[in-house]
Amino acid sequence: MSLQDFLQRATTKWMKDSGPDDDIALTSRIRIARNIEDVPFPMLQTDSHANAVIEQVERAVNSPKVTAAGRFEILRIADMSALDRQVLVEKHLISRDLAEEVRHGAVALRSDEVVNVMINEEDHMRIQCLMPGLRLEEAWAVANQLDDALEEQIPYAFHDRYGYLTACPTNVGTGIRASVMLHLPGLVLSGQINRLLSAVSQVGLTVRGMYGEGSESAGNLFQVSNQVTLGETEEEIIGNLDSVVHQLIDHERSARRVLVQENRDGLEDRVSRSFGILAYARRMDSKETLQRLSDVRLGIDLGMITGVSAGILKELIVMTQPAFLQKYYNQELPPAERDLRRATLIRERLRLDDTEVQ
Amino acid sequence: MLCEQCHTRPATVHFTKIVGGDKTEYHLCETCAKEKGNVFAKAAQAFDFNHLLSGLLNMESSPGFAAPQPTSQRCDVCGLSYNQFTQTGRFGCPHCYDSFSSRLEPLLRRIQNNGQHSGKVPGKAGEQVIRKKTLDHLRAELQQAVAAEQFERAAELRDEIRALEQSLGQ
Ligand SMILES: [Zn+2]
Ligand SMILES: [Zn+2]
Repeated sequence: MSLQDFLQRATTKWMKDSGPDDDIALTSRIRIARNIEDVPFPMLQTDSHANAVIEQVERAVNSPKVTAAGRFEILRIADMSALDRQVLVEKHLISRDLAEEVRHGAVALRSDEVVNVMINEEDHMRIQCLMPGLRLEEAWAVANQLDDALEEQIPYAFHDRYGYLTACPTNVGTGIRASVMLHLPGLVLSGQINRLLSAVSQVGLTVRGMYGEGSESAGNLFQVSNQVTLGETEEEIIGNLDSVVHQLIDHERSARRVLVQENRDGLEDRVSRSFGILAYARRMDSKETLQRLSDVRLGIDLGMITGVSAGILKELIVMTQPAFLQKYYNQELPPAERDLRRATLIRERLRLDDTEVQ
Repeated sequence: MLCEQCHTRPATVHFTKIVGGDKTEYHLCETCAKEKGNVFAKAAQAFDFNHLLSGLLNMESSPGFAAPQPTSQRCDVCGLSYNQFTQTGRFGCPHCYDSFSSRLEPLLRRIQNNGQHSGKVPGKAGEQVIRKKTLDHLRAELQQAVAAEQFERAAELRDEIRALEQSLGQ
């Protein structure tokens, strides 16, 4: 299969499509936790409880109200190969914890991969919607609509005081976790990132590096999400996150302007050097890949590199992860071999575009 | 995961026993692990002492085994003890929220803003919630009416309460 065909089939919507402010906000995600009345949470589930939960979700996603928006397929973790599970994790469609839930875990995947339901992870159900760009409200609308349709079929565990009951009290109430993945190279390069991240954590939000810890995040990718789930409405939670993310985007934009004004040559050298390495290197480990891709994406955003699709950052971040790489080459690859193949895949991908470095 | 011995309590003690090259994994609750512990201690003298010893050490290092609290409060639906909740950070069933409500309040004040849900309410459950609230309200009114010796009003309220209780299936 050619790389182009593989990309066509293997990439999911959030990796390809664009959205508002997606030069900085790569994806928006809404996840809502739901449990079924009078059924023990997954930690205490027997096999028959777990099967009953899966069957109940399966019936519900096949109801006409749900299928009107798209068809779902139920996949049990036990029936997937370890590689296929890992691919779903790398595409951000299921969590690492679910991939390890081999006995009871399952996922209801909608064919367009925009929304899905993780089954028997920490909670009976976690409805997830992932969209490119800063589109929290839209993602909430999709997840909320699916939740309404499922609720007609499934009796949810709900408490007049505590709201939707979840296995862990950190999710109780709305059960909602809204998050945005941000690419913040300007704030990292200008040394402002730690100050901003600690400010963000003061207003009830959590920030973590997507690949690596804290401000050491490889690829300058950060995930910002709400911490509190009880006592505020879903709209308040989403609105608060959205406004903080907008401020972070503004800070990132002005940091980039200052960097260009103060040191245009240095910045051009940095992004072009990284482009050169990605275009010609013969061995790339995953950490360096993320760093170089971040530089190239910054170069594209600042107009220093033209002809390369801006989506290359999102696309290659996922494509160069271990499971995806092995899926593409259709064989098991030891780490040293992966570095060689990763470099080859990146070179091939860059040559699909009509690249120019200015 | 449930304890593989009693199938009722959550498994909080995990260890591997190796006898003559045969590896067996155990996932037990604290109670069953303690019982097994005694059996193993006796067996240890007869069989493969070193391997068993390492198994026992693992057991002792598990928080569930080190600090059993038999008097700990339990959820009357799923049997989870508050002690087990503090080890795993997870409840066993939806009813745990009521079983442990007195200890939950201070915890929620620490990890959440506020103890009262104000977001979305599911259609069906929402109806139940609204009816329960109305019921509480009517009962309070009934008490007041009786106290004020407004017996006609009290009789009306009693009928309303009965009708509502029936619709709630009580
Ligand atoms: Zn047991
Ligand atoms: Zn319980």
